[in-house]
This record gives sequence, structure tokens and C-alpha cells, in this order.
Amino acid sequence: MATKKLGKQTVKFDHPPVIIATATTVGPKEGEGPLSSYFDTILSDDLYGEKSWELAESKMLRETVKTAVQKANKNITDMEYMLSGDLLNQLMSASFAARDLGIPFFGLYGACSTMTESLSLGAMLIDGGYATHLVAVTSSHFSSAERQFRFPLELGNQRPLTAQWTVTGAGAAILASYGQGPRITHVTTGKVIDLGIKDANNMGAAMAPAASDTITMHFQDTGFTPESYDLIVTGDLGAIGKEITEEMVYDQGYNITKVYEDCGLMIFDNKAQDTHAGGSGCGCSASVFCGYIYKQMLEKKLNRVLLISTGALLSTTSAQQGQTIPGIAHAVTITNHI
Amino acid sequence: MDYIRAFVVGGLICVIGQLLMDGTKLTPAHVLVLFVTAGVILTALGIYEPIAEFGGAGATVPLPGFGYALAKGAIKATKAKGVLGAFTGGVQATAGGVAAAILFGYLMSVIFTPKTKK
Amino acid sequence: MQNKKLQSINKQQEYNEYVQQKIPKPTYLKNCLWAFVVGGLICVFGQFIGSIFKNMGLDQDEVATATAIVLVFLGAFLTGLGVYDQLGKRAGAGSIVPITGFANSIVSPAMEFKREGYIFGVAAKMFVLAGPVLVYGFGSSVIVGLLYYFLGK
Repeated sequence: MATKKLGKQTVKFDHPPVIIATATTVGPKEGEGPLSSYFDTILSDDLYGEKSWELAESKMLRETVKTAVQKANKNITDMEYMLSGDLLNQLMSASFAARDLGIPFFGLYGACSTMTESLSLGAMLIDGGYATHLVAVTSSHFSSAERQFRFPLELGNQRPLTAQWTVTGAGAAILASYGQGPRITHVTTGKVIDLGIKDANNMGAAMAPAASDTITMHFQDTGFTPESYDLIVTGDLGAIGKEITEEMVYDQGYNITKVYEDCGLMIFDNKAQDTHAGGSGCGCSASVFCGYIYKQMLEKKLNRVLLISTGALLSTTSAQQGQTIPGIAHAVTITNHI
Repeated sequence: MDYIRAFVVGGLICVIGQLLMDGTKLTPAHVLVLFVTAGVILTALGIYEPIAEFGGAGATVPLPGFGYALAKGAIKATKAKGVLGAFTGGVQATAGGVAAAILFGYLMSVIFTPKTKK
Repeated sequence: MQNKKLQSINKQQEYNEYVQQKIPKPTYLKNCLWAFVVGGLICVFGQFIGSIFKNMGLDQDEVATATAIVLVFLGAFLTGLGVYDQLGKRAGAGSIVPITGFANSIVSPAMEFKREGYIFGVAAKMFVLAGPVLVYGFGSSVIVGLLYYFLGK
């Protein structure tokens, strides 16, 4: 019997896991953005002293885990699992970091939804009694993503207005079965939804249907309403995807406009930093959540947050073969009061 | 006068490219392939020659000009050498530019490393 | 089943049309103006180099080749310096369509993949973007030559 199951897609934890600490590392451009004061480490050079951007991203992820563990007053050896993923082929960034850290490792791929995927599974592991401490961490890097998914950096092409800017950043959260901090009470796992968007330069529109489906299912399963939250925040839908999600959720009978934000629109000043539709990447919701949102929650400026990281499940192969872009979104309820 | 004509013709060809990129789903790579092939075909049909005579570098520097050089070379060599010329003419006429691109491309990538975008 | 599939196709179409309305329109006028001016200026520069070679006594074909080589060098060099992508961001087709842009499309992947080595990185990736241009350009020129031969003008 699934006693902790609520409705179709949601689980409710008996002993809500605590996020006892978080840490973030971001690149120089993110460090110039409006949230710069909330990040722990801001790199001055996105190569981070490494030979390649892929290695730099992996180092970013690794160091962020170390900082988070330190802030939690724990040791790396206290971590029983590391749930982690990134955007690189075969999860180079996460698995190379896990090699160096020596923590038992589950590699996850949910494209840019990986942050809430790892928080969801992490919370389930802890509530299920399979672990006391674990770390959920994701990363992305503009330069490594750009060369894998798009064009060489020095190519003189124009980015369409719908294009988003991959965030160089990593965010790590330490989950524990006891301790002080905001708790994860509910998890709504998303379905893969595809409404036929093919344009890889318009990922917001590709992911918006998945986001709105997960948000709607979350409300239906839990009985919560938009008023139950101080903040409902999606991962990286950008300007276009955010607007679509708002409208699609409204069509289902929920008006989230008042409390709804998108990490992709928070991390950059789109006009001044010329990022077009906003930020994207696993590192986007990871750094905004582990940086800004978590700190706001510690200061009690935010008390109940629904975090929905959103992923576009395309590959370079599927895009070249002219396939549509499936989207996914997972929602996690994080609260100060139980 | 030559310069003004080159400016206008070259500028217009680029505007066509821009409109194709902005107005359709074509990527820059598609536009380049389209332009080279269009240059070849238009030259074969005798349409590009007058444009090139009028516009000078304005018509030869953009990519359709590359197609123009290819087709012109192929036709010229076919006239002189027959079937073999059809195979060698185009490549021969553009060999300088392509070889330069390979050599300089290699050298630049040895000397420089790409910088991240701001 | 058939019906369900049809329904989902309709839904996809509907959604695509809906999304289309949300997409900001590109700034056509500004983009075209940039493309026109930058593309035009690159051609003027080509004309200028060509006239120098002409004065040196090169014949028409040699002038074309020499001009191409110089422009390719400049495109490659500016790419190496990291200037060409800055220009391309504004000028778009104005810097993509001239032969300097062809050089840019060769140098940028070559540089980018240096870390994967000089054989499978630099050399193999060099023609990732420019390769198709050569395939279609060379290919169609051979066909034109053959047609010319067999249709016997």
C-alpha cells in the first residue's frame, strides 16, 4: 500500500526532510545579475583554472558540494548519497565530481528539471528511512552547453529573441532527516508532455505545457490553491514560457499570477544583460533556489514555496531528426511551518 | 562609383540573407548553402554574370559570388578540356580561397582559444 | 485509436499557433539596416583590395583569388581575436554572407574543438558548418559543367 501517496502524482512525507544547508557557485555574468549578493561563490573566470569548460563545470559542482557540506557542519563522509545531474552527454560533470568526492552516486538526467528531480528523490530516500544525510546538486555551464547543443562560441551568428541563456552555475542542497531549516513536505512528479514545439530556440514554449500540467496536478492532488503559497516558481521557462504557463494554469481554474515567478527571469536583467528570453539550464533553478529562495526562507521572508524545475528533453540527435521537444516538470513544496 | 555599386549590391545580397534568416526557419548554415547553390545556378543561367559586372566585389565577395566563381570555372574548363574540365574547373577556380581558409583556420586555432560570451 | 491520434495532432497545431502569437517579432528594419551597411562595407573593402591587385598587374581571375585569400585571412584573424562574433551579433547576415563569414564558420569550430586534439578536434570539426557549403557548391558546379558539356552549347 502506498500510504504516502496523495492523488495521482503526489507524495506527502510523514517526516518531512529538512534542507539543512545549501551552497551555490555561479559564473561572472550571473554574478553581475540582480541576485549576485545571494550566491556563495562568483567565479571571475568561467574556466575556473581548468583545461576545458566541461572540467570547469565539474569542478564547480564538486566545490559547491564541499561548501554546502561545510555550511551544514558535516563531513563529506556523512553524505550517504549524492543525487546529481547536468546537461553534458553522459553526465560528465556530475559523475566526474562524484568520482572525486567518493559519495555513493545516483546520476540523474531530467535536463533542466534535474534540481527538483534530485530534491524529490532525495526527500523520498530520507523519508523512506534509507538515508539520514544526502546531497542533491546540479550544474550547467554556458560555454559547455553552447558547444554541445548549439554553435561554436566565436561563430558570428544572431540569437533569436526567443532564445535563452544557459546559466553558468551550480547549486547544492543538503537534505537531512532532522535538523533546522525549511522542509520538503510534498513532491509532485511530472509526466512527459509534448505539444509539438520543434524550435530548439524556443524551449520555454516547449516546457510550458509540462509545467502547467504539473502545477495543476499538484493543486488537484493536494487540495492546495495558489493562496497556499508565498511563491510559485518555475525553473527556466523564460519570458514566453512563463506567460504561457500562467494562461494554461488559469484555464484549469487556478490564478497563480500574484505569486508566480520564473528563475530564468530572476537571475538576469534581461534587457541590460542581453539574454533575450531569460536564463536556462540545470544551474538556473539550482542557483536561484539554493541561493536566493533558500536564504529568503531562512530569513522568513518566504515561508511556503512551490519550486517547479522544468526540463526540455531534446537531444542534438532528436533535434537534427526533426523531432518535437518533450517537456517535463517536477514540483516540490518547501515550507518553514508544518 | 565602383565602390558605391559594390556597397549597394553587396548590402542588398546581405539583406536578402537577413530576411531569410529572420522571416523563415532557415538557419545561417541553410542560408549559406542556399546562396552558394543559387550563385551556381544563376551563373549557369547567365543571370549572375551581369550582376557581377555591375556590382564588382559587391557580387563576388558574398557567398553567391563563390557559386559564381565555381560555375564560371566549371563552364570555362569544360569548354577547354571537355568532361574532365567539368570536374576540375569549379574547384580549381576557388582553390585559392578554400586552401587559404584551411591554412588560416588551422593557424588561428593553434594560436587562439575561444573566449566565452558576455 | 486513430481518432485519438488525430486529436493530439490537432492539439499540437492549436498550441503551435497559440505560441506563434507570443513570439516577439524580430526587429526587421534594424537587422536589415545593420546587414546592409556591414555587408556593403565588407564588399567595398573587397573592391578596394581587388583594385590594388589589379594595379599590380594581376589578371581578372588572379585578382578574384587574391582578394578571396586576403578576405579569408581577415575573417579568420578577426575570429581568432574574438571580434567577429561581436560583429555578427549585430550585423547578422551582413557578416555571415560575405566570404569573411565563410572563414568565420571554419575557424570558430576549429578553435572551439582544440581541446579534443588536433586531428579529431581541430581538423575534423573545421568543416562542420562550412562543409555543406563546399559539398553543394562543388557538387552543383560539376553538374553545371556536365550539363554544359552534354547539352553542348
